Amino acid sequence: MFGGIDPALLIAALMVASVPIILAAIGELIVERAGVLNLGVEGMMIMGAVCGFIMAVQTGSAVMGFVGGALGGAALSLIFALLTQVLLANQVASGLALTLFGLGLSSLIGQNFVGIRPPATGAVPLGPLADIPFFGRVLFSHDWVVYFSIAVVAVTWWVLKATRMGLILRAVGESHDAAHALGYKVRKIRVLAIMFGGAMAGMGGAYVSLVRVPQWTDGITAGAGWIALAIVVFASWRPWRALVGAYLFGGITVLQLNLQAAGARIPVEYLSMSPYLITILVLVIMSSGKGKAALNAPASLGQNFHASR
Amino acid sequence: MTRPELLRVAGVTKAYPGVVANSDVSFAISEGEIHALLGENGAGKSTLVKMIYGLVKPDSGTMTLRGAAYTPAEPHAARASGVAMVFQHFSLFEALNVAENVALGMENPPPMKELASRIKAVSEEYGLPLDPARMVGDLSAGERQRVEIIRCLLQDPKLLIMDEPTSVLTPQEVDILFRTLRQLSAEGTAILYISHKLEEIRTLCDEATILRRGKVVATCTPRERSAREMAELMVGATLTPPERAGTAKGAVALEVVDLSVASPIQFGTSLKNVSFRVAKGEVLGIAGVAGNGQDELLLALSGEVRAARDTVRIDGTGVGDTGPNARRALGLVAAPEERLGHAAAPDMSLVENALLSGALRKGLTKNGFIDWAATEAFAAGIVKDFDVRTPGTHVAARALSGGNLQKFVVGRELSQTPSIIVINQPTWGVDAAAAASIRQAILDHAAGGAAVVVISQDLDELLEIADSFAALNEGRLTTPRPVQGLTVDEIGLMMGGAHGMEVAHHGH
Repeated sequence: MFGGIDPALLIAALMVASVPIILAAIGELIVERAGVLNLGVEGMMIMGAVCGFIMAVQTGSAVMGFVGGALGGAALSLIFALLTQVLLANQVASGLALTLFGLGLSSLIGQNFVGIRPPATGAVPLGPLADIPFFGRVLFSHDWVVYFSIAVVAVTWWVLKATRMGLILRAVGESHDAAHALGYKVRKIRVLAIMFGGAMAGMGGAYVSLVRVPQWTDGITAGAGWIALAIVVFASWRPWRALVGAYLFGGITVLQLNLQAAGARIPVEYLSMSPYLITILVLVIMSSGKGKAALNAPASLGQNFHASR
Repeated sequence: MTRPELLRVAGVTKAYPGVVANSDVSFAISEGEIHALLGENGAGKSTLVKMIYGLVKPDSGTMTLRGAAYTPAEPHAARASGVAMVFQHFSLFEALNVAENVALGMENPPPMKELASRIKAVSEEYGLPLDPARMVGDLSAGERQRVEIIRCLLQDPKLLIMDEPTSVLTPQEVDILFRTLRQLSAEGTAILYISHKLEEIRTLCDEATILRRGKVVATCTPRERSAREMAELMVGATLTPPERAGTAKGAVALEVVDLSVASPIQFGTSLKNVSFRVAKGEVLGIAGVAGNGQDELLLALSGEVRAARDTVRIDGTGVGDTGPNARRALGLVAAPEERLGHAAAPDMSLVENALLSGALRKGLTKNGFIDWAATEAFAAGIVKDFDVRTPGTHVAARALSGGNLQKFVVGRELSQTPSIIVINQPTWGVDAAAAASIRQAILDHAAGGAAVVVISQDLDELLEIADSFAALNEGRLTTPRPVQGLTVDEIGLMMGGAHGMEVAHHGH
């Protein structure tokens, strides 16, 4: 039935394939929980991809590459923060502009790095664990970023649920006016959230150019940022659901590649478009369900805050 | 008995571009004193308390708290010094639960479990029962206010600032609140109480400072003054109550039969079997605590929410399934409560806003083109007739103060020669003189034969202008009763959920 597809390899591959989406989605989830809609995820991811790639090649260290990716994404997100939080520009338009700007800028910066191989990011040596049949291959033979991405989900969940910081973040996204009246610094909190979102998206992008592909070409993230945006809605702004969503989408991506390799008699184009089709489908279903999912959306999402004093 | 002084405000001035909100304001408040801050909208009360709470910095002047200089840079600092504030427009988060909301207003909240038990303990001690695990979005206005008060009480404040706390409460809830405040005062907590409801201030407060246009115009002991004297100090003019001509009632103009609609508003209240009829020349007053279906009733009457054809009838014709324009054509105009974003488009000019609702009845469009000259004349007429203070009709609706915009949107509807008028909160946030003129305009239209439905949370207002009275409670409307002979207790019971029979029981 599987036609040459090994389930252990498939699951292991989908965990790897989902990493960029998880990181970007968790970042965006925090941004949206703070009440900001940043549609520039794709742009921040690709800036992270190019900055991380260059940093890794120049320093010869893959870890420095991920740091560089996070810095690149965060730097680009600062432009968005300046536009929307200080100059009070429209968030949707600014986010779209950010994506276009990021795509162009990354192409310019990356011109001299096409065709180079970055330093490798190896699997974490987990010793005997990796030798367990099936599970060893599925769970214990990944690089550190895979484990890091799951840890980020867990920490985000815990921070949102159990800490004062998380409570304040949710409060700012829920009603910025009330939060301001209580003396919380709405703008500062939102800028920090935007930067976190940028850093996470940047790391996700770096994972694409350093591990998934691994090389630099223009437009390397290929719409992963948009999928991450869709997953945040799919997850109704909850971290663990975002992880599930990312694995679902990662799974579809990997499956279509495997099906292609296994010679399934479906045209390649249909398989390649399937993750995006499913994204659209999920968004339609989620938003049609009598507003059930929408009920959980942060109430101030997408609204600019201006302290009228 | 002389109590030690707690807070002294001396010569405080705060100016914004174009307005001086506070000019050389001075007053003092002792420990355990209930001090009223009295004034019309725009008199500078809110700015003054925002300075005390650290949200706004004064341009000049000094404040001293227990003899030490007091300059809170932000609300955190104010709370740390023992100053707490209950806001006029609740500073609550609907999608968070009670305990989380309380924690957000505290400096060093204990862990959630401990906080929940403390909320329970304090709320019972002060007679304000509250379940810490409930979502604030599901609470009534009175319960929401309890959340705010308890948030303050948990921090043992020395000074509690209350900004118009009773505007959303039933008379019974007001009694409970006053009992709580007196208990706090007896324990030594000073209370700065902002309101323009004079009778309340007379029953509750020890001292009053009266502000007019940013200046202190008088201080007095409210118990020794009549409400009328204080009102005239507040307004700076002599007030005339609205006159009503005892007109005979005509045929039924608006009839609502067994109207049930689901609320289109998140956390809203659905209407359940609402029935009433209003005759030509009659004013029906509908009371109720905010969030009991007032907005939904207005939407259902204006045509923004549709129902079955025969649930709403204008002059006997079923219009329940038609939209606002069809109802306007039959003479029904509606003015919703929310001024910005519902009654008026914030970023459009007054002329454009006049067009939006007046186009049909005033014939402001011809063959799909706008007759700008006529529209401007219409807008200018509203500004003149209703004394809207604005630099001109070209300014954006957003730029007007709340009271002035209210005069404009009410005036816009009343200027369309309507035969049925539906208004939610006609004088909300409007100063006393303008409120009187709006009420007079409503009464004049009724005398001219219009059927009027006034939805309001201001009982005094309803009793002043309405012929018959009903109350909304969780989406149900009580049977309308003539205003004459109604007692405040009966009204409170109608608002509090006792329907028909129960009212009779309690009445005897």
